[in-house]
Amino acid sequence: MKVKLHIWRQSKASTAQNFAQDGKMVVYELDNVSKDMSFLEMLDFLNDKLTREGELPVAFDHDCREGVCGSCGIVIDGIPHGPQRGTTTCQLHMRSFKDGAEIYLEPMRAKAFPVLKDLVVNRSAFDRVVQAGAFISVSTGAPKDANAILVAKDAAEKAFDAATCIGCGACVAACKNASAMLFVGAKVSHFLHLPQGQPERDRRARNLVTAMDKEGFGNCTNQNECEAVCPKEISVRVIAEMNREFVRAKLREEPPSHKRVGGDG
Amino acid sequence: MKLDARIPDGPIEGKWEKRRFDLKLVNPANKRKYKVLVVGSGLAGASAAASMAELGYQVECFCFQDSPRRAHSIAAQGGINAAKNYRNDGDSVWRLFYDTVKGGDFRAREANVYRLAQLSVNIIDQAVAQGVPFAREYSGLLDNRSFGGAQVSRTFYARGQTGQQLLLGAYSALSRQIGLGTVKMFPRTEMLDVVVIDGHAKGIVVRDLLTGEIRTHKGDAVVLATGGYGNVFYLSTNAKGCNVTATWRAYKRGAGFANPCYTQIHPTCIPVSGDHQSKLTLMSESLRNDGRVWVPLKKGEKRKPIDIPDSERDYYLERKYPSFGNLAPRDIASRAAMQVCDEGRGIGDTGLGVYLDFRDSIARLGKDAIAARYGNLFHMYARITAEDPYSQPMRIFPAVHYTMGGLWVDYDLQSTIPGLFVCGEANFSDHGSNRLGASALMQGLADGYFVLPYTIGGYLAGQKATAGIIEHPEFARVAAEVTAMTKKLLDIKGTRPVDDFHKALGKIMWSKCGMARTEAGLKDAIQQITKLRAEFWRDVKVLGSESTLNQSLEKAGRVADFLEFGELMCRDALERRESCGGHFREEWQELGEAKRDDENFRHSAVWEYAGPDKTPIRNTEQLEFENVHLAVRSYK
Repeated sequence: MKVKLHIWRQSKASTAQNFAQDGKMVVYELDNVSKDMSFLEMLDFLNDKLTREGELPVAFDHDCREGVCGSCGIVIDGIPHGPQRGTTTCQLHMRSFKDGAEIYLEPMRAKAFPVLKDLVVNRSAFDRVVQAGAFISVSTGAPKDANAILVAKDAAEKAFDAATCIGCGACVAACKNASAMLFVGAKVSHFLHLPQGQPERDRRARNLVTAMDKEGFGNCTNQNECEAVCPKEISVRVIAEMNREFVRAKLREEPPSHKRVGGDG
Repeated sequence: MKLDARIPDGPIEGKWEKRRFDLKLVNPANKRKYKVLVVGSGLAGASAAASMAELGYQVECFCFQDSPRRAHSIAAQGGINAAKNYRNDGDSVWRLFYDTVKGGDFRAREANVYRLAQLSVNIIDQAVAQGVPFAREYSGLLDNRSFGGAQVSRTFYARGQTGQQLLLGAYSALSRQIGLGTVKMFPRTEMLDVVVIDGHAKGIVVRDLLTGEIRTHKGDAVVLATGGYGNVFYLSTNAKGCNVTATWRAYKRGAGFANPCYTQIHPTCIPVSGDHQSKLTLMSESLRNDGRVWVPLKKGEKRKPIDIPDSERDYYLERKYPSFGNLAPRDIASRAAMQVCDEGRGIGDTGLGVYLDFRDSIARLGKDAIAARYGNLFHMYARITAEDPYSQPMRIFPAVHYTMGGLWVDYDLQSTIPGLFVCGEANFSDHGSNRLGASALMQGLADGYFVLPYTIGGYLAGQKATAGIIEHPEFARVAAEVTAMTKKLLDIKGTRPVDDFHKALGKIMWSKCGMARTEAGLKDAIQQITKLRAEFWRDVKVLGSESTLNQSLEKAGRVADFLEFGELMCRDALERRESCGGHFREEWQELGEAKRDDENFRHSAVWEYAGPDKTPIRNTEQLEFENVHLAVRSYK
């Protein structure tokens, strides 16, 4: 099959002052594309051709190519990861497109995800949010026997449904407010449903929401675009849970005068 | 090269405890004066970095991905073994130890394997405490499944995403330390060399993948947790970025490389669909709990699988290995698949495939039960093939998956360069010549959480703490070499893209050093690789500059190393004149099964770099089997 690709090319990293830099859409026509190719294999094919012709290949993030590492995430025809639901860019195949299709490829766009080059963006804001509290503060040592902690099957399933997030950033890219609430909510929800997560419940909700706001992610639009594009089909239920947990934590907060000093790590 | 495995004396059950007692300790106030550099952030690297930071060491951690959470451990599907005996089915530390030594075809070090089996139980406790959502029963207790090469159910799992959940557990522990400022994380940073001063590893040279800056990092010890080298075959189940560069460059600085020819070909992967293929996708071994493997009895069968009656199907694993059936170990199941395809009974357009059929288990348990166990795998299969595995059998074929070989390490996980430690798939230690399913996650985490944090203290206690403040001309010299190599790759300005060479290398490796190997084939491969390497350095085309994000340049450096490493792999396969586990030499077989030569090859081969264009030196570490008696491995 034949495709006409419109690809965002940007050689310099975006800055707060100059977001788009010298970026622009460039058109490439590609023939002899096999319908069995994955979308990224089609880009490999394009890059092979460009390299032979002396033109710089298109930069894009990718690694496992089996939908679990979360590296890839191209906005295809305006939709992060493209037209197929519940599917990462790497798992999308050319059989999802018609022969002769015109396809638009852009990087994820959000204030908190500056473009580094072409289709590559900086998603380290997610890591910083996790560092603020998406964990249980247990050090390596000798915790008690695993079966001493009972977890109801449906609670474990709910925790898993949230923990399956791959941190790709599609939720942010799909949201017109560039909100990260599906991502952050998934972290809250994962630990919320487990007994191990209870001791740090309030602190986690407070710290994660604060860190999320600090990174410049926007507020929820309540339009559920995030859920629609999530390759792991994480439910917006986690956003409701996060909001509830945040309010609960705030209400339970001790008045400032009683706050203990230091040792919050 | 001196190879002292430093195995503690005494009965095997007490060796690890004895070593932990004998190791010198670093007092808590002094730990912060030592800096440890950890390269890689997968299960082994993240768990090691987090655990050492918790102990009080200064830690710097490096990964080439944009986030430590993306390391390829994340893609492990099926599960993790632990000798918990929660099933009451006769499991024990001793049995896990025995299964692993036997599964590795008697080519692993007994003491290491025993320790691994002992620590397996702690890993599950640790992971549960971190909030890893393992599968549960209605009682709230942990669930288990069965895996290949074992007759007990000891595999813990989280749907088909066990590696993801365990890695996210280790990543959360690492993230906590990064947040506390005890680990400094360097994502999008690739290690390109080790700096050895007065015989000790004291630093690394890295390239910042965004700015292209070549930088040195100094420390009191270096830990490599950089994974395996399966991508030498170009097509494998590894992530695209997986590479041999870190371990290869350490080898060139004096670290022994053990058993590079031990590679695992996994029996159940989605078959290749065409020349455009960039990687292969695994279908977890856990599927063989409920799926039955078969091919048609007749050659050239054209009917659809669902139209072929049972009487005309050959469930060849159940026929040949009645006591293990579809759960025969990976090396054996892969070879059996190859044999039926060689007989002309393979399926699909290429004839290179066999069926993995869930018809009977869906009839027995219902579609919902199967979906609950393997839903994400069925989904992934349908995405890639556009076929529905609920209504027709999966097509599968063996593919390169894991590498048992790696840098040689002693009992303390220290390489032949003092101060250079290696953990996870990057070392050679525990799996012998074949790894059993659900044992990779176990080894990576045992090394990182429970072995290295102890043993590295024993080394550091004998070293003067520098906190990474060292001046030595060697740092600048090595950095200059790395810069020169980067520039050299850009200056060739040839005609062929990097992938062209990688694909060509992969074809040579797969046909001559893959499932079956012969003396003539391996000799031919060495010649072909030498030729290809020369062509690469004459004709590779890498565009762009060194001072920016340049993915072709990154790839070129990795492929340059694969082109050297592939030759060593063939050389190792050539010199190991026996068959064992994943290493199958056609000249040594008995009724189609691997035939070991314990008299001459009951050892690990440890290769020593002798200089550019010089034949490397083959050293050996003799293996003693005092607890598991050498026997012909049988799964019949």
